[in-house]
Amino acid sequence: MSRAVEESNRRLLRARDAMDRRYAEPLDVPTLARIAHVSEAHFIRTFRATFGETPNRYLQRRRVERAMFLLRTGDRSVTDICMDVGFSSLGTFSRVFRDIVGEPPSAYRQRGPLPAVPSCFAMAWLRPSSLRPSSFGEAAAD
Amino acid sequence: MLNAITITQIYVPDQDQALEFYVGKLGFEVTNDMQFGPMRWLTVALPGQPGRQVLLEKPGPPSMSEETAAQVRDLISKGAAGGHLFFRCDDAYKTHAELKARGVEITEEPVEQPYGIDFGLRDPFGNHLRIAQMKPMNQP
Repeated sequence: MSRAVEESNRRLLRARDAMDRRYAEPLDVPTLARIAHVSEAHFIRTFRATFGETPNRYLQRRRVERAMFLLRTGDRSVTDICMDVGFSSLGTFSRVFRDIVGEPPSAYRQRGPLPAVPSCFAMAWLRPSSLRPSSFGEAAAD
Repeated sequence: MLNAITITQIYVPDQDQALEFYVGKLGFEVTNDMQFGPMRWLTVALPGQPGRQVLLEKPGPPSMSEETAAQVRDLISKGAAGGHLFFRCDDAYKTHAELKARGVEITEEPVEQPYGIDFGLRDPFGNHLRIAQMKPMNQP
């Protein structure tokens, strides 16, 4: 029983890693379910049971984390950044960003540059949480 | 006071499979492989750095109950067990290409960082590793 769960976890982790690596691509559930070797419905259900959120939300948070990074480290436009991180519509990007971060991309940009840390840790720790407001040595906006 | 880190530990559910990966693919050498009661004390180190070992410990009884071991394995397979290993290499792109050719699971392609170039990978169980080519000023 537990061995089967571990193997399922490992395959789902592989799909989660693919989202972290290929966030800029138009990833969809069929692609991810294939990586995890499960059906689409089963993938969404077991991903949520394993990692506590839907694959779509996980991918959104990865994309928003990358957008947060780009907003604070360069001078590309919000529209360019939206496309760079895998969103295809500025409207969706703005809505999801605000929903997750608590403020619009342009306001977030005003917070200034970020220090350099290994990108795996930036990915894991700067990723905005749905449960806890994002913070990086600063008070969360509300 | 303290003057070196000699051994750090990571959990591996299968020690033979761990050797295939850490020795066979990453190029570690076995520094200790002995039976310590019911425990197989298995350490590996990089060539030329025998004083800096990694203990490949299998979770299980009598160190912990089978139920707890199952929880540990569950966390490893979710990539949440910790024990990250960070390595340095001379040429990140070359190392990346070599490891990829050996079938290692790359989780992040090489990225140019302010401190160097690095990429991410996982061992067969879900443990996370990272390999960096550091800029000279960041070499300890």
